[in-house]
Parts: sequence; structure tokens; C-alpha cells
Amino acid sequence: MKQLLVFIRKEFYHVFRDRRTLLIMFGLPVVQIILFGFALSSEVRNIHLAISGNTDDAGSRQIVSKIRSSPYFIVSEKTIGYGEIEASFRKGDLKAVLVFPNGFSNDLQHAGSATVQIITDGSDPNIAKTVINYLTSILTAWQSENSGPAAGYRIIPEVRMLYNEEGNGSLNFIPGVMALILMIVCTALTSVSVVREKELGTMEVLLVSPFKPIWVLVAKAVPYLLLSLVNFAVILFTASYILNVAIKGSIPLLFFTTTLFIITCLSLGLLISNATSSQQTALLLSLMVMMLPTIIFTGFMMPLENMPLPFQWISNVIPSRWYYLIIKSVMLKGLGIAHIWKEILVLSGMTVLLLSVALRKFKTTL
Amino acid sequence: MKVLLFILKKEFRQIRRNKSILLMMFMMPVVQLIILPLAMDFDVKSVNLVVVDNDHSSTSQKLISAVVSSGYFVMKGEPASYKEALGYIEEGSADIILEIPPSFDKMLVRESRQPVAIYADAINGTKAAIGSSYLTGIIKSYNNDLNIHRHGIQPSIGNIDITYTNWFNPLGIYKYNVVPAVLVLLLTLIGGYITALNIVREKEIGTIEQINVTPVKKWQFIIGKLTPFWIIGMTVFSIGLLVSALVYGITPKGSLGILYAFAMVYLVAIMGFGLLISTYSDNQVQAMFVAFFFMMIFMLMSGFFTSTDSMPGWAKVISELTPVTHFIKTDRMIILKASEWKDVQKEFLYLVGFAVFLNGWAIWNYRKTS
Repeated sequence: MKQLLVFIRKEFYHVFRDRRTLLIMFGLPVVQIILFGFALSSEVRNIHLAISGNTDDAGSRQIVSKIRSSPYFIVSEKTIGYGEIEASFRKGDLKAVLVFPNGFSNDLQHAGSATVQIITDGSDPNIAKTVINYLTSILTAWQSENSGPAAGYRIIPEVRMLYNEEGNGSLNFIPGVMALILMIVCTALTSVSVVREKELGTMEVLLVSPFKPIWVLVAKAVPYLLLSLVNFAVILFTASYILNVAIKGSIPLLFFTTTLFIITCLSLGLLISNATSSQQTALLLSLMVMMLPTIIFTGFMMPLENMPLPFQWISNVIPSRWYYLIIKSVMLKGLGIAHIWKEILVLSGMTVLLLSVALRKFKTTL
Repeated sequence: MKVLLFILKKEFRQIRRNKSILLMMFMMPVVQLIILPLAMDFDVKSVNLVVVDNDHSSTSQKLISAVVSSGYFVMKGEPASYKEALGYIEEGSADIILEIPPSFDKMLVRESRQPVAIYADAINGTKAAIGSSYLTGIIKSYNNDLNIHRHGIQPSIGNIDITYTNWFNPLGIYKYNVVPAVLVLLLTLIGGYITALNIVREKEIGTIEQINVTPVKKWQFIIGKLTPFWIIGMTVFSIGLLVSALVYGITPKGSLGILYAFAMVYLVAIMGFGLLISTYSDNQVQAMFVAFFFMMIFMLMSGFFTSTDSMPGWAKVISELTPVTHFIKTDRMIILKASEWKDVQKEFLYLVGFAVFLNGWAIWNYRKTS
């Protein structure tokens, strides 16, 4: 036991002496959480829109001023001719155009219906579809406000947004970015620390010591586990005080599940370090190769349910996916352990598997 | 000139010997071009719904069947209470709850107005917004039908028919948006990452000292380092274009010449960035971490995944300050919209500016004496 403590102390020295890596470990996650927490959002805003066609009658004027007051659109002052639309899409000045027909109000009152057309720049389908949704709901809202007498029945839908009353569009991203960053930083740092000893040749020295090889690995992992937990506390603090995310669930549960997730990542790091022989390859694997799959399969950037089935299967083996579900349930929804035991079980299973493979590999390389 | 040729020869030889880097450089475009477009589909295809009917009248049943037959929603069940329904949301199997109050029909007749409650899981904001707006629309049109049937009241104004067209991409398919951006990502990873590692490696091994004591000039050394990767980068870009034409049928609608001009300058700019990282790092590990940090920012803030227009002002400034944002934007414009030189010339100047600034800084910071 005393030996182990000595070894752990040695590892701490390693970590603390390398100031730049330490800075990366604490600086990178915080900066990225703040940056992405504020910048990334599923909401589409500030859409540049122009109006085309007739805007002289009362109806179209009312609709246009309704659109102008919406926070989602930036409406051009001047109306645009039909022929100019393509050129301004090409230039990228406009994302969409709303076209009113001649005699819009007149048609609406006397002919029973009137047609408006929405033209979007489809090169960004996400914006195009959102524009159509926003405009459709503005138009239908205007229509129902103006469809006359209060006689008859009125069913009033009352919409409530659960877990996110203030409509924070980046709420989905915060647990995702947490999972992504913790996973990559933990895995990369552990994998490097073991491989470095191999590369420098000091691993041999450690292995011939009377200390059990398994404890060498444990001693390597402990400082990173503790530092990552500190890191997580900093991230949580940042999220709640700077990004104003209300932490609804139990904090001990968050720390417990995070510890489990960090151990999973550390085991993955150990496995990578055992399988590679140079720091460069280890990092290439843990940073570059892992970055894209983690971004894709964690499920916070792109909806997993829309992916082809094989991709959905693959996503099951990515630890951050399960951790993301846990954090989302506990932090944002305030749920207890009864709702996340399955995810906890999966992460534990992964940890056991990764660790046992890593340990077996470790012994054979002696 | 002759010196430069020798350095180039040395560099090419080094690259050719490193099989794993070569493999990575040519596998990456293929793999990323296949995986990313398949994975990125942001359509809200189905919204899962549960309905709590506290009324059980024929009116409420008709409302529910109007919702179901709209085809927008997948019915996940009809739990007996709101509490039970919330359970569906908590475990993630439903996105939205529709709750009809008790004696809905009776009160509707008596007071001629009745609320119905819609609860949406708003952690996923897009789904919540779309789901609740569909649901509201269906309820409103059911409301109109009800008035026509029971009271014969026609709405005082007609219906607004909304038609829409998506130009350049009529079906709104996401891969058209993703594939051009992946091409930029490829250049960025190769140009930025591999350049960042390359010079640091010489530093770490100590061979940079040997080069420093030779009469090779600073600029010769740097051009010698960058040229091979520039050529590789352009090759990868061309492979990428070919793959996107063969696999996805996406061929540039605009001028290939302008596209290549942008790619060439962009690659120089992003290599300058890699060079800059390598002049500031002592070893490969540091260089990798720093490069990784910036790559994440480049990827997530460049408009690859989310629109830059939606970002808050300061975030937009950061995103404009990276060359990636500009090239992703113009790459999409040229490939999808056939934008012409006059549409993109401003962005081109930005890229030239980035190239000069980043490389200038890197060369200034690279000292032959340690």
C-alpha cells in the first residue's frame, strides 16, 4: 500500500511538472464548454429574408410586420424582384424569399383562398426547412387571429416546454460537449503517459522493480482520475454559473457516474497505450481517429435515430453515448438512479471488458 | 533553387517511408466522405407522441384520431394520467404529450372554449418546436371543422395556401450540404495537423539542429517542408471531388478553376497555421494537443454543423476569424449554387490575407538558433 502511494506520488510529479499539458487538461475543457455552450445551438436565428411581390394591401402588410417582429428573421427593407432572387442566393445575401401574389387580401376575402410562395436557398437544407416551419406558423397564426367572429367553439392549445422553459437552444449540446471532451482528454492523456515511459525506456525499470506490474498501471491511472474529477467539477461550475444551466439532479449521483465514465475512458487509454509503441501513434489514435466517431456517435450533434442501422449499432459501443444519456437525464431532467441503471450497467460492462483486455495485453508485452 | 530541390527530395523520401501517414492521408478522404454524409441527417422524421385523454368523449376521440391520421406523429401509447405520460418522456420514448382535460366536451359546449395541454421535451429544441407547432396546427384545423359541423360557421377569411420550393436542392437532402464541407475538413486535417507534427518531429529527434547548421535558408527549409504536403493535400482534394462525383453524383456546378484557386490558397493558409503551432511547441504531444484544440473549434464553429448566422455576435466574430469558415462557405457556394467570381472575391481576399498572415507569423517565429 505504501509502495502504491509512493508510485502515485511519482505520477503526480510527472503531471504537475508538465505545465503545458496541465494547462491543456484544465484550460481546454473549460474554454470549449464555454465556447460551444454559447455558440452551438440547434436553433436557427438571424435568417436573412426578403419579401417579393405585392405588399400594398392590408393583409400582406400585417404579415410582413409580424415577421419583422420575430427574432428569427432579418427582413430586408426593400422588396425584391423575382428575377433578382437567384443572384442574391448565389451571393449568399439572402436565405429565403416570401412571395405575395397580387391582390392577396382580396383573394383571401372573396375567393376563399390565396397562395403565398416561400422560396429558400436549399443549399443549406436545415435553414431552408426551418424557414418554412417558422413562416408557416407565423402565417397560420395571422390567419387564425383574423378569421373573424368569436362565435363557435375555441380549443386553445397551451404549449409548455418541459425541462427548458426559457427555450435555451444549446441545452442539448452542453452534456454532449461534456461527454465528448472528457472522453477524449482522459483517453489521450492516459495513453500518452504509459507510452511515454515505454518510449523513454523507463517502463523496463518499473517492471523489473518488485512492484507488481498491475500496480504500475493503477498508479498511472489514479492521478488522471482525480484530476479529471476536479476537471469535471470545474466544468459543472462553468455550466451552472456561466452558461446558466440549472443542475436539476443529485450532484453525488453525477459525480458517481462521472467517476465510472472516467474509469472507462482511462481503461480505453490504457488499452491504446498497450497496443502502440510511440506517443505519436497513441495520440493519433486517441485524438484524431477517435474525434470524429465520438462527435458523430455520441448523438448530440446529429440525431442517431436518422442514421443507417449499422451506424446505430456502432453507436452502442461508444462510451460517451451512454454517458451523454446519463448526464442528460440526471443534470437536465433531474431523474434518479432508477432511470439510468441500464446506462450505468453498460458503462460498467465496458470498463470491465476494456480493463481485462488492457491487462492481458500489458502482461504479454513484458 | 538547387538547395530547395534537395530539401524537397529529402522530404518526399521521408513521407514515402512513413507508410502509416500515407495510408491515413489516402484513407481519410474515402472514409470521411462515406461516413459523414450518411450520418448527418437532421430531418425531424418522426415525433413520438403520447395522449392522455381524461374526457373519453367522442369529441376527444375524434381530436385524437385527427392527430394520429395526420401522419406526423408516432403514437406511443395512451397512458391514464399525466404522471404516467411523463414517465414516457423521462425514459425518452416519447417527445411530446397531449393532455385533454376532463369533461372537455361538456365544458366546450357550456363555455365554448376549452384548453388542451401540450407538453414537449424541450431539451431537444428543434423537435419540441416542430412537434408542438404541428400539433397546434392540427388542433386548430380540427377546431375549424368542428365549427363547420356543429354551427355551420365558416371562417371569415379564406385559407392561405403555402407553397414552397427549395432552390439548388429541391428535396432538401442533407448530403448536398455535407459533402462540400467534408472536402474542406479533409484539407484542414491534412494541412493543419500533419504540418504541425512534421517540424516538431525534427525538433524532438534533434535533426533540426543539423539542418540549422547547414547553409539552408529559413524560407528554403520551410518551403521544402510545406510543398510536399501541399501537393498531397491537393491530390487528396481531387480524390475527394472524384469520390463525391462517383458516389453522390455531386459535381461542382460552378467553375472548377475558381474552386481550385480557393483550395490552393486555403491549403497554404491552413498549413501556415500548422507551421505556427509547430514553431511554438517543443514536442509532438504538445503540438497534437494544441492542434486538436483548434481543430475542434474549427470543426464545431465553422458552420459545418450549425449555421454561423444563428450564433451570438462574439461567437460569429471568432468563427469569421478562422479560415475554415470562409472556405466552407465558398466551397458550398461554388459547388452547389454555381456562384461566380464576383460573388466570392471578397472571401478569396480573406483567404489570401490568412495565408500571408499565418505563414508570415510562423516564419518570423521560426528561428534557426535555439
